[in-house]
Amino acid sequence: MTARTTQSWPTDEGLIAAERAADAGPEWVAETRRQGLRIFRDEGVPHAKIEAWKYTGVNGLVGIGFDPQGTVPEVVIPPPPPLAGLEDAYHLVFVNGRFAPRLSDLDGLPQGAALEPLTAADPNPPEAVRAYLGRILELDGMPFAALNTAFWTEGCLVSLDDGCALSRPIHLVSIAAGGETPAMFAPRTLVVVGRGARATIVESHLGATAAPTFSNAVVEVVAADGAVVEHYKRVEGGESGFHTGASAVRLGADASYDGFALTLGGRLVRNEYRMTLASPGAECRINGAYAAFGDSHVDNTTLIDHVAAGATSREIFMGVIGDTARGVFQGKIRVRKHAQKTDGHQLHKAILLSSGAEVDAKPELEIYADDVKCTHGATAGKLDETMLFYLLSRGIPESDAQRMLIQAFLSGALDEIRHADVREALRGALNKTVDDATRNLRDDQ
Amino acid sequence: MALLEIQGLRARVEGNEILKGVDLRVEAGAVHAVMGPNGSGKSTLAHVIAGRPGYEVTDGSITFEGRDLLALAADERARAGVFLAFQYPVEIPGVTNTTFLRHALNAQRAERGEAALDPIEFVRMLRDKMRALDITENLLKRPVNVGFSGGEKKRNEILQMAVLEPRLAVLDETDSGLDIDALRVVADGVNALRSSARGMLLITHYQRVLTYVVPDHVHVFAGGVIVASGGKDLASELEEKGYADFVGAAAA
Ligand SMILES: Nc1ncnc2c1ncn2[C@@H]1O[C@H](COP(=O)(O)OP(=O)(O)O)[C@@H](O)[C@H]1O
Ligand SMILES: [Mg+2]
Repeated sequence: MTARTTQSWPTDEGLIAAERAADAGPEWVAETRRQGLRIFRDEGVPHAKIEAWKYTGVNGLVGIGFDPQGTVPEVVIPPPPPLAGLEDAYHLVFVNGRFAPRLSDLDGLPQGAALEPLTAADPNPPEAVRAYLGRILELDGMPFAALNTAFWTEGCLVSLDDGCALSRPIHLVSIAAGGETPAMFAPRTLVVVGRGARATIVESHLGATAAPTFSNAVVEVVAADGAVVEHYKRVEGGESGFHTGASAVRLGADASYDGFALTLGGRLVRNEYRMTLASPGAECRINGAYAAFGDSHVDNTTLIDHVAAGATSREIFMGVIGDTARGVFQGKIRVRKHAQKTDGHQLHKAILLSSGAEVDAKPELEIYADDVKCTHGATAGKLDETMLFYLLSRGIPESDAQRMLIQAFLSGALDEIRHADVREALRGALNKTVDDATRNLRDDQ
Repeated sequence: MALLEIQGLRARVEGNEILKGVDLRVEAGAVHAVMGPNGSGKSTLAHVIAGRPGYEVTDGSITFEGRDLLALAADERARAGVFLAFQYPVEIPGVTNTTFLRHALNAQRAERGEAALDPIEFVRMLRDKMRALDITENLLKRPVNVGFSGGEKKRNEILQMAVLEPRLAVLDETDSGLDIDALRVVADGVNALRSSARGMLLITHYQRVLTYVVPDHVHVFAGGVIVASGGKDLASELEEKGYADFVGAAAA
C-alpha cells in the first residue's frame, strides 16, 4: 500500500492528537486504537485506484471537512417515531453517537442477556468487550473501519450467555443530526451470542437534518456454535448524510446468521460486510435491498470467506436506482483450500429508472477448493415494459404502476428476511420511500 | 353515435406496417367477432385500441364514445372504459392478484369520483364474481398470473373484466388453448357481461367459441385489413372454406 499522499484528511495534527489520546486511555482500547491509526496512516483515504473503492469516490465526503475528533453538536431532538411493527423491541438510541437514555427502553431483558451502552473511557469494560472488541474485524483494506477504531468513543454491547434466547428484537437506533458544524461520529457495536443462543438485532441509521453528517460505524458479531443471529440494518440518511458501515461476522459451527441491509437514502452509503465461516456447518445469509434516488450513492460490498468445510452462504442484493443516483455492488465469495463442500450463491439485480442512473456490479468468486457448489450473477435493466403496460391497461396510473412494480421487484430481496415482524416493518419503510419517490415522478410530469 | 368507430387505421410495429386501413364500427350492445389467420394483425389491432406504447399509428382514427381515443394514454383509455383481455396474460411476481384487481378498480372509481373500496369491501364484492368464474381464493392470493395454468390465466382476464365493467371489451383469443369445460366457463363469463350498454370485440382464430358466444356481426381479418363482414353465418362459412379464399382477396 502506498503512503497517504493524495489526501490530507484528517490532518496530521489530528492523527497525532489521536495517538496521544490513545496512549492516555485505558489499555484495553489503546492497543486497537494504535492499530487503527497505523492502518489508516498506511492506507489513507481510499481513492479510485484502489480496487475496492474504484466505483465509490469519497472526495465529496472529504471535501466537507468532517473532524473525527470534533465535538459533535449537542442536539435535543424529539424521539423518533418507532418503526411501525417494532414498537415492542428493546430500544437503544444514540444521537450523534451519544447514548440517549431518555429515548431508550431496556426494560424486561431476561437473565443472561446484556444490552448496554459502551464507552471507550471505561477502565473496566465487560469481559466480552476485552475478549472480542477489535478482534473480529481485520482492518486491512478497511480505512474507514480503521478510523472508527482509532476514534470511537461510544457504542453498545449486546451479549447473550449460552442458551439465552431473546424473544423481542433489539433495535439499535443511531440518529445523525447536523448542526452548524458538520457532525462526524464513530459508533462501535459488539454483539456476542453464546452457544445455542438466539438474538434478533435491527440497526437503524437515520438522518434527522439536512446539514452534513458522517456516521462511520463498525459492528462486530461473534456467534458461537449453534447460535442463531438475525441482524438487519436500515439506512435512511438525509440528503447530506454520509454513512460507512463495516460489519464483521464470525460464525461458529452450525451457527446461523440471517443478515439484511436496507438502504433508503443518504448522500453516500457504503455497507461493507466481512463474513468469516470459520467452522463447519455454518449458515450465512446476507441479503439486501436499496432504493437510490436524487443523487445518492449506495454501495454494498461483501466478502464471504469460506474457511471451513461444509458451510453455506446465500446472498441476494436488489436495487432500484432513479434520477442521477448510483448503485454499486461488489460481492466476493472466497472458498479456501480446505473449505470443501462449500455451497455458496450470490446474485445482484438492479433496475434503472432513468438514463442518468448508473449501476456497477462486480460479483467475484475466488475458489481454491475443488469440491464446491458456487454460483454468482448480476443483472441490470429497466422496469419490464410488458408488466407496465398490463397495469396501465387496467387503468392504473403510470406512477402507481411504477411504484407497484418497484415494490414488487424489491420484495424479491425483502422476502428473504426470516424474522416476519422485521420483514414487514422494513417493507413498510421501503414502501414509504418508493411511494415518495414515485409521487415525485408524477409531480415532475 | 357509435361506441367505437375505427376509420382508415394504419399502424406500424418496429417499422413494419401491420394494419393497412382498418374500418370498423361497434355499436353499444353489439358483439363483433373478428376472425383471421395467425399473423394477420388481430393482436396488433387489439393493442393499438388499448394504446400500447411502441405501436405507431400512421393514419386513420379511433373514436370511442365520441372521444379521440388515440389522444389518450393507455391508462386513460382503460379508465374511460376500454378493456383488453390479453392473448398472453402477463405474469407479475410480487404483486398479488387481489392487490392488482383492487388498484385497478379503485383507479377507475377515482376517475368517476367514487370513494376507494377498502380491502374488505373489495373482497366481499369479488366473491360472487369469483364463484361464477370458478376462481378460488387461493388464486387471488397468488402473484398475478404467476404459475397459473393457461385456463386460469384466461379466467383471470374475464374476472378482471367482470370487476372493471368496461364499456368496450376487446377479447384477444381468450378462447385459445382452452379445453371444452374451460371454454364454457369463459363463454358464460362473457355472456354474463353482454349488455345493451357494452360493446365487445371478440377476436378469435376458431369458430368454436362462437357457438357459445353468438356474435351479432362477424368480420374476417387478413393481411391487416377487414376483408369481409357479415352476420353470424359468416363464421360457419369460414369454418367450411378456410381462410384461403379471404386471404387471397386481401392480397388481390
Ligand atoms: N412486438 C412486435 N414486434 C415486431 N413484430 C411484431 C410484433 N407484434 C407483432 N408483430 C408482427 O406483426 C404481425 C401481426 O401479428 P399479430 O398482430 O400478433 O397477429 P395475430 O394476432 O393476428 O396473430 C406478425 O407478422 C408479427 O410477426
Ligand atoms: Mg394474436
